[in-house]
Amino acid sequence: MRITQGTFSYLPDFTDEEIKAQIQYCLNNDWPISIEYTDDPHPRNVYWEMFGMPMFDIRDPAAIMQTLAECKATFPNHYIRISGFDRSLGRATTALQFIVNRPANEPGFHLERQEVSDRQIRYTIRSYASEKPSGQRYE
Amino acid sequence: MAGSSNGASKSRWASGVAPYAEMGYYDADYQPKDTDILCAFRIVPQEGVDPVEAAAAVAGESSTATWTVVWTDRLTAHEHYQAKAYRVDPVPGTDQYIAYIAYDLDLFEEGSIANLTSSIIGNVFGFKALKSLRLEDMRIPPIYTKTFQGPAHGIVMEREYLNKYGRPLLGATTKPKLGLSARNYGRVVYEALRGGLDFVKDDENINSQPFMRWRDRFLFCMDAVNKASAATGEIKGHYLNVTAGTMEEMYERAEFAKELGSVIIMIDLTIGYTAIQSMAKWARKNGVILHLHRAGHSTYTRQKTHGVSFRVISKWMRMAGVDHIHAGTIVGKLEGDPNSVQGFYATLRENKVAPNPVQGLYFEQDWASMPGVMPVASGGIHAGQIHQLLHYLGEDVVMQFGGGTIGHPDGIAEGAAANRVAIEAMIQARNEGRDYLNEGPEILERAARWSPALAKALEIWKDITFDFASTDTPDVVVTPS
Amino acid sequence: MAETGNEPNEQVNLDQAWSDSQIQTLLDKLDEELVGLVPVKTRIREIAAMLLVARLREQHHMATERPTLHMSFTGRPGTGKTTVAMRMAKILHSLGYVRKGHLVVASRDDLVGQYVGHTAPKTKEMLKKAMGGVLFIDEAYYLYRPENERDYGQEAIEMLLMAMENQRDDIVVILAGYKDRMDTFFQSNPGFHSRIAHHVDFPDYSLDELVQIADLMVRQQMYSFDADSRAAFREYLELRVQQPHFANARSVRNAIDRMKLRQANRLVRAGGSIVASELARIDAEDVRASRVFRGGTSAEHNG
Repeated sequence: MRITQGTFSYLPDFTDEEIKAQIQYCLNNDWPISIEYTDDPHPRNVYWEMFGMPMFDIRDPAAIMQTLAECKATFPNHYIRISGFDRSLGRATTALQFIVNRPANEPGFHLERQEVSDRQIRYTIRSYASEKPSGQRYE
Repeated sequence: MAGSSNGASKSRWASGVAPYAEMGYYDADYQPKDTDILCAFRIVPQEGVDPVEAAAAVAGESSTATWTVVWTDRLTAHEHYQAKAYRVDPVPGTDQYIAYIAYDLDLFEEGSIANLTSSIIGNVFGFKALKSLRLEDMRIPPIYTKTFQGPAHGIVMEREYLNKYGRPLLGATTKPKLGLSARNYGRVVYEALRGGLDFVKDDENINSQPFMRWRDRFLFCMDAVNKASAATGEIKGHYLNVTAGTMEEMYERAEFAKELGSVIIMIDLTIGYTAIQSMAKWARKNGVILHLHRAGHSTYTRQKTHGVSFRVISKWMRMAGVDHIHAGTIVGKLEGDPNSVQGFYATLRENKVAPNPVQGLYFEQDWASMPGVMPVASGGIHAGQIHQLLHYLGEDVVMQFGGGTIGHPDGIAEGAAANRVAIEAMIQARNEGRDYLNEGPEILERAARWSPALAKALEIWKDITFDFASTDTPDVVVTPS
Repeated sequence: MAETGNEPNEQVNLDQAWSDSQIQTLLDKLDEELVGLVPVKTRIREIAAMLLVARLREQHHMATERPTLHMSFTGRPGTGKTTVAMRMAKILHSLGYVRKGHLVVASRDDLVGQYVGHTAPKTKEMLKKAMGGVLFIDEAYYLYRPENERDYGQEAIEMLLMAMENQRDDIVVILAGYKDRMDTFFQSNPGFHSRIAHHVDFPDYSLDELVQIADLMVRQQMYSFDADSRAAFREYLELRVQQPHFANARSVRNAIDRMKLRQANRLVRAGGSIVASELARIDAEDVRASRVFRGGTSAEHNG
């Protein structure tokens, strides 16, 4: 399966040039950019690990691309995403977020159904990969 | 002043019928206070009725007056409670006038849309001296809006809750509207969500009918939602419509939806303002997003000379506290002049809205950081119009493609994927700085080369447009320079 | 830019290329902004010309190697190094040697940390901010502290050298500082010396130039000298340049600030009614009240 979180999950994976163009869009809007990675892609896993601090005051996407390359080299089989953050009044939230790296093999999620009374079912989503400890999930 | 005995006051208090203007309901020199609620009414007086007197009558009938002089006014600080028409402008080339009326804050109960509307549109719309009357816009000061809860969550919180940023959200209304069994209904929900939509929606008249009772619908829909979530790794939702005959029943349904883990519930405008405010309180308390379908609004919003403009309804609903509201598509099958609709969207989403005659906005509206309502565009739209939709409606909107998803020749999931591919490709192009409005068809065509789902959608709906003149348009148009 | 071609006989319109590049506009601006500095301006023009020709050669498939662009600007404080660096960044941008053309000014404190592992992220962050533009390192010799062999400056130096070598498409580095100290620095760090293509020396301003600068600054602030006060200011400068911590244009600016203060005090003390032009005029008295005339030092470096 293919996890479809992020702004651009239904398009073919972006080339470096395409990633750069989106980063430039963020920089044009004065949005600082952060790079995050994880091996726990549960839809409600909000806090992916930060690959360094959010990058403020950057003018050229090349600087972000360099950091992204480092992140990919360190975590080639993790999910990596890029986020642009809009600090303006009334927003103060993520403005754009897209996945730029994913494991070669994405086993997906198991939907666990716990049958309770009155025909109700309690649902839990569990990533197949997260059965292994963090760091050994996408070998 | 009460109790004074000069000549002017004698005629003011003489028994019988006095002109409203003379009774103090018109004051051309009145300077509206920052705390006043201001209204712009479109009035069409009966033949021979002076427009200023007609405006004063509206001010009078929507505040303290009755048809004849009453001495009991003299037991009150009546001049304080009287609404004041302070400006009457003719609309060129018509028999219409725009009357501006100021209401003191003391006329209204805190935090009650019911009271606000009973005051301002309570009686006056049936007044015989007028042929027709329309409430065009209101300026509601922050000192009054702050007595309302406002959206249960708002746009920013909704996005953070759903973990979806940088693009419009996508939805669809389950079709056919009526008659599906709960089990088959859930199938539509699952296919659409698995294919790429963020939301599926009950229609306004899906409540609890003999062919599908509400509890069964909720159970099947939530199985579909969770299954789709596991299939995609995304958070998914279905607007479970909890509209019912009594508050007790609505609470019961909402509680059940929450228990099943639904991120969102839905109500219809037909349940009434007070019920909406109650459900908004419930939604904030329980962490569930609140979707409002504007069922029935066209009975009073559509005609240009009589009723209440939807921009006013938008303001009331932002105060009442809904998170979503249907607000027009511009390009779809339902009424919606582009400028007016953009005015509704600004009213719902922005923090400070400047007066904009082209968009029909008569006043500045300062929301004092009250969160925005996510507008929903629904009704006769499809993937081939994505560039226009994005251009007119922006990014903070739910685009709902009901027929445009479920009617896809290769199935519902393919229809959903076509819409998702189209919006993502368009956002990508926009962010890259392309002139996506003009290059839209080309951008879609390029995406269709690797997405057969989109290719089929474009092929089947390519010629569908709904080009009819709008009945509700602002008076001011931009003259090309 | 001129069209690309492969023909050795093809005509190359240099005037067109020069005006298309907008270098002249940038040089004119520099002329307006900075008084004097003729040798520096000449050097900048030469460098610009060289870069333009390199571009044209490239378009005609003659050169393969990208010219080295890193520079060193030496001279005393207040001689216009930062201003010229800012223009240089724009020139590099207009010729397409850097993508954005902004200038990021850094000193040792911005690059070197105080703890183990602190320096690399700091230097990296500055390099990232400067990417697509010019990194201007003021008083670069402070990076190198031979007396302390565990100084973290060495780490920053190595990272800078690496970036100057490997990221020549992304970033241009300009090192700046006093001439003598930069020379020593280059001797101890030959790696820098070999990577720098252009050494530009910023001479001290002559007395005449300093007076011109003062005139320009006073005019920009809508004040004016009269003949007496201008003469007095020239005398002031003669004395001031002898004193320690003289920082050329910066010292002139500071002296003018203090004269404005004295002028305001004089006017208010005198009170009464005056013609408006008096609000602009600087009197000789405002200049001569400086303690520089009484054998004292200027107030600018003792608070």
